[in-house]
Amino acid sequence: MSARTVIEQQIRLVAEEQGKALAPLCDDLVLLDSGLDSLCFAILVSRLEEELSVDPFLDADDGAFPETLVQFVAFYDRLLV
Amino acid sequence: MTGSLSDASRFDAGGPSLAALVSSATHERPVQGSPALDDGERCIPLCAIADRVWVQAPHAALAGRNLLILTRRPLSAALALVSLDGVAARLVLAPPDLGAGHLPAVVADAAIDGVVHDGIEGDALLPGLPAHEIAMGAGQTGCRLAGSDTATQWTLFTSGTSGAPKMVVHSLAGLLHAIPMQRPAGDPRTVWGTFYDIRRYGGLQMLLRALTGGYAMQLTAPGERMAGFLERLALAGATHISGTPSHWRRALMHPEVSRLSPRYVRLSGEIADQALLSYLASVFPNAGVFHAYASTEAGVGFEVSDGLEGFPAEFLDRPGHVEMRARNGSLQIRSPRTAWFYLGDEPPKLRDEQGFVDTGDLIEKRGDRFYFIGRASGVINVGGLKVHPEEVEAVINRCPGVRMAKVMARRNPVLGAVVAAEVVLLDPADGEGDAGRALRAAILDRCRVELAAHKAPATLKFVASLAITAGGKQERRNA
Repeated sequence: MSARTVIEQQIRLVAEEQGKALAPLCDDLVLLDSGLDSLCFAILVSRLEEELSVDPFLDADDGAFPETLVQFVAFYDRLLV
Repeated sequence: MTGSLSDASRFDAGGPSLAALVSSATHERPVQGSPALDDGERCIPLCAIADRVWVQAPHAALAGRNLLILTRRPLSAALALVSLDGVAARLVLAPPDLGAGHLPAVVADAAIDGVVHDGIEGDALLPGLPAHEIAMGAGQTGCRLAGSDTATQWTLFTSGTSGAPKMVVHSLAGLLHAIPMQRPAGDPRTVWGTFYDIRRYGGLQMLLRALTGGYAMQLTAPGERMAGFLERLALAGATHISGTPSHWRRALMHPEVSRLSPRYVRLSGEIADQALLSYLASVFPNAGVFHAYASTEAGVGFEVSDGLEGFPAEFLDRPGHVEMRARNGSLQIRSPRTAWFYLGDEPPKLRDEQGFVDTGDLIEKRGDRFYFIGRASGVINVGGLKVHPEEVEAVINRCPGVRMAKVMARRNPVLGAVVAAEVVLLDPADGEGDAGRALRAAILDRCRVELAAHKAPATLKFVASLAITAGGKQERRNA
């Protein structure tokens, strides 16, 4: 399964668990406009760390923060290739 | 009922009232423009804040009284604080999330005899107590309250936990002690902004910096979204911006942040990690990035200016205004900035015999620096909200098929930490395959039903056994 698939699956799951209405998951979706709040993102990143065995936020020295979905996926992809 | 008697009886406000300090800053040392407190809805010049009385009540209803400041808007709380310091005997500043259920205990423990509000149902919430409204319209001119020399006790709440929040008494002098009273050379244009609510210690520190410096400040409005606040900060040209690491992580996810160009970026309230500090430095190349250690009880401990996480080892065990030491791994602080005492029935002692406050924050020395590693009590800090592991464990332990659960902090780049759970099942085979996935989902569902959202585990894994200490207690090590 690609990182994108896992990430989208987890985004949908977290949104459902937390009762959030999710915007369509297109590339340019600004994460803050996705319907997920900080807690959702926190849960998402922890779940992805379990699923993908990487945490690109903690591994990144520069601490860069992705703004859009496509950037978010790329953030994980660069550690998974 | 008024706290530790020895510390309570020695209480000393020391120094001029807040209104006198704001007045001095705005009249005797004016800065360019007309600095104001602005929450996006109202913008009130500092000179008006200092010179008018914003609480509509006869003098006798305020002077020497114990007043609960219960407001919807942070801005109105700020007006009340300036009007009432030096007048009221005790000001109790209610944070926005103080549950109505706690109010009767607050009123009793703080011996409240009046509520100062901004139109919320203060009198309905607390029947029988006089309610005084903060007049956001104009304030009364020419009637600065006479005899403003009462040593007012500033009472703040510790950030909420499972039990009733604790009330902590500070003096204005103590609250101001960490604030430079000299303006920097050249006195460049300064506009403060803070993501904190000013009704908590961290935000109040920033408000006092702006007020006593005579500087403009952008305050948050109730329910305001991050995007809107960032836009206001950008429009106001905010030069000094502060928040918790979680606030900053959230702000940095928003494109609006690129419009900010602060000179001073400050983080406190949680552990600031290196990735965040470095990223802030790269996003704001013209800013100094500082992280500070402060707590409601211990006051401002120190500020770290070298851009590195943790703090230099030489900060400990050196003489000065702020003395710090480590006892059992926990940071202890003695300084004029610490609170005086807790309010309440048989309150715990806030300071030990030598005057040190135990912060409960565990530190560990690596090389020539100390690093924060968690809370001595095991309390998990999820973006500034506290979670007692035992509370979550109790819910999980009640689920069918569960033998025992351990709940711990899991480091998280968005909120600093999230809740993680390890669960031992009665029959380990139940944790395997599709049935295992269904069981995990059921346990998490139950947590979300019975607990606040931030307390439900973000992750849950089944394990064969859990570590137990020699004392028979669960080991509390952060993940």
